[in-house]
Amino acid sequence: MNADISLSAQLINLFASVILLLAFAMLAQRRVLPLINLFALQGLTLCLSTLVVAFTTGQAHLYGSAALTLVLKAMLLPWILHRLVRQLQVRADVEGLINIPTTMIAGIVLVMIAFNVALPISQLSSTISRGTLGIALATVMLAFLMMIIRTKAIPQVVGFLAMENGLFLAATSATYGMPMVVELGIALDVLVGVIILGVFFFQIREQFDSLDIRNLEKLKER
Amino acid sequence: MNLFGTLGQLFAIALALLLAPLLTGWVNQCRAWFQNRSAPPLLQQYYMLHKLFLKDVVLAHGASQLFRFAPFVVFGCMVLACAIIPTLSTDLPLAPAADTIALVGVFGLARIFISLAAMDIGTSFGSLGGRREMLVGFLAEPALLMVIFTTAMISQSTSVATIVETLAHRDFVIYPSLAFAGIAFTFVSFAENARVPVDNPATHLELTMIHEAMILEYSGRHLALIEWAASLKLYAYSCLGLALFFPWGIAQGASVSGLLLAIPALVAKLAIGGALLAGIETLNAKVRIFRAPEFLGTAFLLAVLGLLVRLLLETRI
Repeated sequence: MNADISLSAQLINLFASVILLLAFAMLAQRRVLPLINLFALQGLTLCLSTLVVAFTTGQAHLYGSAALTLVLKAMLLPWILHRLVRQLQVRADVEGLINIPTTMIAGIVLVMIAFNVALPISQLSSTISRGTLGIALATVMLAFLMMIIRTKAIPQVVGFLAMENGLFLAATSATYGMPMVVELGIALDVLVGVIILGVFFFQIREQFDSLDIRNLEKLKER
Repeated sequence: MNLFGTLGQLFAIALALLLAPLLTGWVNQCRAWFQNRSAPPLLQQYYMLHKLFLKDVVLAHGASQLFRFAPFVVFGCMVLACAIIPTLSTDLPLAPAADTIALVGVFGLARIFISLAAMDIGTSFGSLGGRREMLVGFLAEPALLMVIFTTAMISQSTSVATIVETLAHRDFVIYPSLAFAGIAFTFVSFAENARVPVDNPATHLELTMIHEAMILEYSGRHLALIEWAASLKLYAYSCLGLALFFPWGIAQGASVSGLLLAIPALVAKLAIGGALLAGIETLNAKVRIFRAPEFLGTAFLLAVLGLLVRLLLETRI
């Protein structure tokens, strides 16, 4: 039944499953610092998965993508976020709009939808990692969900970054990654985005004395 | 059913009865070491059972027949569970008696009887413990079933022996779904065996206890049977987990050498598993009772994810 799937395909599937698991762990995580650590771990897993794809298919530019992922998503961005949390002295738990078990159930539904949507698409593809397209889509949807239900600014940014992780996985699994130029561009975008959002954090807090972005919904000054 | 199979089955049951208190003793010992306490002797559980069997039974005034029968039912259920789960060999005469779904039912039967007995006396602690046990149970059971369905989908059978046979004698294939199911199973077995994130087995602290609250009124041989049944439950869950996720070393055919080789493998796996269990218990704090649904909800979620991943990744059309 499974004998025809090579070891590398199994490894890719395993890493993809770990990425999905980490996406759920991030969804369930109440505290900020472990959330960032989970994000770093997701980046690392993504890097490993990309490395396996690169090694199996011999696509040289994927090594570059893997290195970029490692440096940017597993080291640099978590470090920046850690520093931000330290400087902003965020200690309180992350608050969600709905409670965690309900979020989890919503997450399961999203995963089912993603898997069903991705199944016919992945059958069109001929890559070794085509099975993981559903997982990539699910990761994107879960990151969306996280951005929707979290009220604080930092978890929303982590959700945004996790979404980028999912998109990267989708690109790798469907078409062996995007051209290097595009990837470099996205990486730069993400990096600059996080830095700008870091500046925003300070502005938001100076204005409202809190990082709760619900404050931004009021259009008029009091 | 042949003579050898019957003998093997009896031997497995005897081994379960002997090893189960030892496993509990080993976990307690490891836990004491990890927590920098001086450890009780490894055979402490045997001493306790011996002491309890010698003592007289004191029954509460309002105790009905149910209260007296419940320990025997619970003990019987656990022995049957230990007999069905392939601990040493997959060649079991009793295996057709119950598949995995019925196995979950056997655990459920024991749970119902112990909860009813706890409520039978009418003390507040008894009913409190019984209700909490049912709360944990009704959340843990679907998660356990989902875990079992994941493994059943791989082996296309719900018989425990067949599942273990399929999983043990396959080519080396990484099943991501089994990883999910394994984590979910770990969560469920912690909750079911009254271990730390959900219940603390070593406390009689009134507000937090679940399992201990239910058996407060028991004494003498009844208490001994219930304690023994609790050890057997831990043993059964450990063996089920080992059989599903680390099935190497379980004998397949009917041979004396296979059985004899399976024993050291089982003991080694149980020793490692027990030490890990004690380590996890030491590292974690007990959660509030109202967090238990979240804990078990996570287990259910992981098990469902395992099923989904199995459908997406491992069945190629």
